[in-house]
Amino acid sequence: MNDTRPMIEVRGARKFFGPLEVLKGIDFSVARGQIVAVIGPSGSGKSTLLRSINHLETLDGGEVWLDGVQVNQKLDRRSFERHINGVRQQMGMVFQHFNLFPHLNVAENITIAPIKLKGMAKAEARALALKMLDKVGLADKIDAFPARLSGGQKQRVAIARALAMQPKVMLFDEATSALDPELVDEVNLVMKQLASEHMTMVIVTHEMRFAAEVADRVIFMADGAVVEEGSPAEFFRNPKQERTRSFLKKFLNG
Amino acid sequence: MQGLDFSIVPEYWPLIGKGLWWTVVISTASAVLSVLAGIGFALLVLYASPVVRYPVRLFMWLFMGTPLLLQLFLIYFGLVQIGIDIPAIWSGIIALSLHFAVYNADIFRAGIAALDKGQTEAARSLGFGAWRTRIYIVVPQAVRGTVPAVGNMMIALLKESSIVSMIGIAELVHSAQLVISETYRPFEFYLTAAALYYGLNLILEAVLRGIERKVELSR
Ligand SMILES: Nc1ncnc2c1ncn2[C@@H]1O[C@H](COP(=O)(O)OP(=O)(O)OP(=O)(O)O)[C@@H](O)[C@H]1O
Ligand SMILES: [Mg+2]
Repeated sequence: MNDTRPMIEVRGARKFFGPLEVLKGIDFSVARGQIVAVIGPSGSGKSTLLRSINHLETLDGGEVWLDGVQVNQKLDRRSFERHINGVRQQMGMVFQHFNLFPHLNVAENITIAPIKLKGMAKAEARALALKMLDKVGLADKIDAFPARLSGGQKQRVAIARALAMQPKVMLFDEATSALDPELVDEVNLVMKQLASEHMTMVIVTHEMRFAAEVADRVIFMADGAVVEEGSPAEFFRNPKQERTRSFLKKFLNG
Repeated sequence: MQGLDFSIVPEYWPLIGKGLWWTVVISTASAVLSVLAGIGFALLVLYASPVVRYPVRLFMWLFMGTPLLLQLFLIYFGLVQIGIDIPAIWSGIIALSLHFAVYNADIFRAGIAALDKGQTEAARSLGFGAWRTRIYIVVPQAVRGTVPAVGNMMIALLKESSIVSMIGIAELVHSAQLVISETYRPFEFYLTAAALYYGLNLILEAVLRGIERKVELSR
């Protein structure tokens, strides 16, 4: 296996919503095992960028590659559907609002994809669910329904659900923004643990402190473009762009 | 004037009981089929290609715009003419199923539209294809969310099932009529039939409440 090949590569990503250009040609890549935090003001295009990595948004221009395979390749509709489903199985995504399946209990939330998509046997899938729940500290909730869980617990189950597909990368879109402040740490802790296991991650976040702690690289976006990027140390201590400085200042004062 | 005398009712119970049985059988079969077909219609109207979608929409529109009785006659008397001979019981079940399937489809369609987009996105992000997402994630939730509205339809269906008496099926109302033509006791036997409908309704409502409570837990 070619370990120098980037795990995720985005080249010249452009996206319009109607007349609004939301991504104005974005380039970035994420190395195997690297953790990239994406920060920036509201509306700068962070979610759109993250969602176009697994094709929840369709780019109008540019390319996305996952581990040497182009995600947004041109295929006829049927072939593309098959292709993208396969690609998505290799990328875990965690949403701001958890999006657990409310009609399924915790175990079923985690096992439905391995069972239905990978043909895993039920018993094996349950064992896998238990293992994933152990990872996020919720093994005792395996038979609970989502409605009975706190926000922090829901998000940890959502992470376990994504991990159960054994993805190559994990994408987080403000995983803690919808949580009460006292529940943020339990989710951050799980993400840090994933980081220590060298999971490749792209983390969109509003939490500067967390980004500084967990990320290998920080990308600052504004108005659909990457304004500045660097290691957390240089980025937070010594931002080069005026735009970055004013953004960080607002955060530190606010 | 004749006095009321319910003591003759037990004597005719075999006939009345048979009518009750057919009402239960026809209603239950039609209820199940109308729910399944309703889900099918909703999915076709929402997701099928235009070649399928528009005929289904036209069909639904026609069924909503015409009386159940007419639909029943069309299926039982009309189709024979073009060589499709469906027995009375099945004609009744088909007419009731289709009639209520159309309403159920509308309810399911609204239920699907009301679902959070995040549910579909979560499924797609795991690698579920469009149809698998619908089958495993969208439909089960839409069905749960629409239990009260569909339940009301099923209560209506139970009562409307008496319409199959018009094609000679001895369900509850028709059985009562048969007995009355023999005994000249309309009041006693219509009241008996009414009481039995009421009992069926109570049972149906209890079942629906049970289902509602069960799906509530799993939300
Ligand atoms: N489906 C959509 N249709 C139209 N406009 C959209 C859509 N999704 C996003 N936008 C617009 O695109 C721009 C970028 O949105 P995006 O959600 O990517 O920003 P963001 O950086 O994630 O913001 P936030 O920090 O608030 O989450 C915004 O102006 C937003 O209003
Ligand atoms: Mg966002």
